[in-house]
Amino acid sequence: MAWLTTALILLPIGGALLVWVFPWDAFTAGSIAVLVALAEVGLWIDSLVRFNFNQGGLQLDQRTNWFSDLHVSYHVGMYGFSLWLVGLTVVVQAAAIIYAFWSGRTGARAYFGLMLLLTAAIVGVFTAQDLLLFYVFWEAMLLPLYVLIGVWGGPGRLGATIKFVIYTMAGSLLMLASVIVIGLSQGTFDLTATWQSSNNWIFLGFVAAFAVKAPLFPLHGWLPDAYRESPPEVSAVLSGVVSKAAIYGFIRIAITKFPEPTRDFRTVILVLAAIGLIYGSLLAFRAPDVRGVIAYSSLAQMGLITFGVFAVNDLGLNGAVLQMVNHGLITASLFLLAGGIERRATTGEFSRLGGFARGRPILATVLMTTGIIALAVPGSSAFAGEFEILAGVFSRGWGYSVVGAVAIVLAAMYMLRLISAVLHRDPGPAVSPEALDLRPAELGAIVPLLACLLALSVWPAAITERSFTNDRARTDVNMQFEAAK
Amino acid sequence: MIPTPHVDWFALAPELMLLGAMGFSLLGAVLIPRENRRDFGALAAGLGFAGAFVYAIVIYVHTPEAHSLIADSVRRDRFGALAQVIIAGAGLLTVGVSYAERMRDEHIGEYYALLAAAGAGMCFLVTANNLMTLFLGLEWFSISLYILCAIDRELEGSLEAGLKYLIIGSFGSAVLLFGSALVYGATGELAFNRISDAIAAQHLTGDALLVAGLAMIIVGLGFKASAAPFHMWTPDVYEGAPTPVTGFMAAATKTAALVLTLRLLREAFSAEAHLWTIAIAAIACTSLAWGNLAALVQQSVKRMLAYSSIAQAGFMLIPIASDNAIGGRALLYYLIPYSVMSVGAFAVVTARERELAAPVTLQNLAGMGWERPLLGVAMCTFMFGFAGLPPTGGFVGKFYAFSAAYRHGWTWLVIVGVVATAVSLYYYLAVVRAMYMRPATELQLTPTPVATGGAPPRDLPLQTAVLVAAFGTVASFIAVEPLIHVAKQAASSLPF
Repeated sequence: MAWLTTALILLPIGGALLVWVFPWDAFTAGSIAVLVALAEVGLWIDSLVRFNFNQGGLQLDQRTNWFSDLHVSYHVGMYGFSLWLVGLTVVVQAAAIIYAFWSGRTGARAYFGLMLLLTAAIVGVFTAQDLLLFYVFWEAMLLPLYVLIGVWGGPGRLGATIKFVIYTMAGSLLMLASVIVIGLSQGTFDLTATWQSSNNWIFLGFVAAFAVKAPLFPLHGWLPDAYRESPPEVSAVLSGVVSKAAIYGFIRIAITKFPEPTRDFRTVILVLAAIGLIYGSLLAFRAPDVRGVIAYSSLAQMGLITFGVFAVNDLGLNGAVLQMVNHGLITASLFLLAGGIERRATTGEFSRLGGFARGRPILATVLMTTGIIALAVPGSSAFAGEFEILAGVFSRGWGYSVVGAVAIVLAAMYMLRLISAVLHRDPGPAVSPEALDLRPAELGAIVPLLACLLALSVWPAAITERSFTNDRARTDVNMQFEAAK
Repeated sequence: MIPTPHVDWFALAPELMLLGAMGFSLLGAVLIPRENRRDFGALAAGLGFAGAFVYAIVIYVHTPEAHSLIADSVRRDRFGALAQVIIAGAGLLTVGVSYAERMRDEHIGEYYALLAAAGAGMCFLVTANNLMTLFLGLEWFSISLYILCAIDRELEGSLEAGLKYLIIGSFGSAVLLFGSALVYGATGELAFNRISDAIAAQHLTGDALLVAGLAMIIVGLGFKASAAPFHMWTPDVYEGAPTPVTGFMAAATKTAALVLTLRLLREAFSAEAHLWTIAIAAIACTSLAWGNLAALVQQSVKRMLAYSSIAQAGFMLIPIASDNAIGGRALLYYLIPYSVMSVGAFAVVTARERELAAPVTLQNLAGMGWERPLLGVAMCTFMFGFAGLPPTGGFVGKFYAFSAAYRHGWTWLVIVGVVATAVSLYYYLAVVRAMYMRPATELQLTPTPVATGGAPPRDLPLQTAVLVAAFGTVASFIAVEPLIHVAKQAASSLPF
């Protein structure tokens, strides 16, 4: 079944070419994209069923030489935690594509082709087991995003894309230098090989790329513009999935391959994450519009997840993976809802919103549910994730846990502020009484995300006990983690 | 009876094909009825380049061992053959791009004849094995190009471009000739391998005369490769010359000059590697810095691409400076996607120019991506390729170039290259931005109205060339293994 991973990458590429090459009308192009996205989810479920969680380790992997003289290969496969992240990707992408299909984008063929290409690139990042291949997919994420924001974004899109590209490329080119140096000096680019390095500079090259993409404080300068100016479903993908690629990079490359530098720089990264967590939460509380709140809460959540990752222990890492999936689903739902709100009110500014709940019970219910899960109410999957992360980071110092706990309180504040500013109070000047409740298509995009969240709330151990197969099998990646602890 | 050397005519087949095409094209200009001249010229040149392409491949296949021909003046090896394949391929695409160029009827035969002659000169240059044939090949294609730049007298700046290129190019040639004379004076030899032997036998390493000669030769070749600080002619000439010619110059001239540089430095001056690696690295860094920074502020797309080609020369000098086997491979591999991207990018500019009947600037690219989907997507591919983004051969080429520098122990050069790449993104993406992200209403000029209304005339040869170039750009990313294998075999003809 080794072809499943490759199929997960190639199916969206094939879909993109299909959409691009033939002169479909907008409706057909959109339908094809939706079908491909749903087929992608089906493929993922198939891999989930075939994945042997008891065995652990790299599965469904496939390897072909790409250029053999430098030992670069096309090597893809999935670990437990990659499988969950791929799942997050295909689900969020399907929701985003359904939402886009419903809201009707101009230039539909170009748009849907790019969305499918983006899917392939993100899945590639989560499955690549070769450093250069990882870099290729990493860069391949940027191109569709650049065009998607630049063409279909809001009025400030040009500035937003320039900032976005300069930030991310500066980071990823440092990563390219690191990739070249480490790959040639180790004699292999394969990530499953058991090399480890103690070179601080190379480590920092990787960390720079990941820290920009996540983003971590103070490299988040591109974030508010990009999240505000993108089409809502692209924001959903950007903050829901693409940011997770960075955290995945921390886990798969920075920690497992650079145990000593990880130990040396752990405190610095944890402190930056703590600052980002508090700073992001405060900014989210002060943000004047819906998307601003979601954007800055993303920054805060990335800090929290980084806590879990750089705790480098079982609790922290398991919690981080769970929280990555949680946050991906939550933030994607929120951005899609924000899109729905902006569509109805033509603005996302709190000063002109309010009273949305009156006469629109479905929208109110969905937003309320998502918001409540987002603020990590006990019993929700987000609560489980954050609890594990805080328990994990406690072993690095009680101060981090205190910061995390404070941030959870702040999260309650900004989420409730968002909910009340949109749903409650008197109807704002931008809210016309005719504005409709959520349409079936919007529900079709958002409800599956919520359903996943509710399922995870019931059974968070589905992910936490099936990411790194602790105490079940001594796999190569687990051994590498041991070295980093 | 004067003894004449044995001539391996087969090894000269690409040049002979192109010279034949030149002759036919010129004859056609006289004998063929006026209305058929355009077709005949294009056909002759196209067949010539196609023949050269095929023959170069055949030579590549049938030359497992390198050997010298005609009293050591020409070298028959896979290194040269691969370069000839690239040059002939670029020429073939250029013929397609040129076909619909609005040229005065009486110059069509000459245009294609000169194109074929320039191609023949470049094919000859890359196999040159002594300083005489080197200079001969260099002047052969340079003189053809001087005239080609100035051939379109209706084109504003075309004459100026030809004159500038003539003066500065001649200066470069003179420097190169002077350097050759100094090297001959120091070693008493002309053939590359014998120069190398003489340096070893007479312990000439570091000899002042020799080093001065070497430096002047590098400067002369730097002019041809348009590497900074010898690039000053490039923006004006690239801008003024007819655009298909510019594309051909960017692709083929650079290929010929860089390939020959590697051959000369490696075969004749390997004993001086400690000197020229540093010199080439310095030129590479200067080109990267100057080309990229100047490209940032250009509004004219042709000028921007000219500066970008200077920067690209910098990238391709990195593997030469690395002076190792992986560097040879990197250069030959990189030239493949680079050539198709160059011809392709200038072909898209050509198409836009014809449509607007005005010089192409970033402003009047606005909306082009939506109006002309094929050209738009292809141009994006080329820009991503130049910027070294996947999925294009430009990415793999840069990766190999940086790897070569790292193998040489020059991590700093990798860093310089990476920083230069970051800077270059801004202006390459500016083209994408202009084509897709600005509404067509920002367009300051309106497209030329066609007599019948509707879409501008189809230009099948140009579109085919663009499509082939875009395909090549992406295919060279996927099929790295076979291409690198070929490049490896070719580079192994040189004594690394």
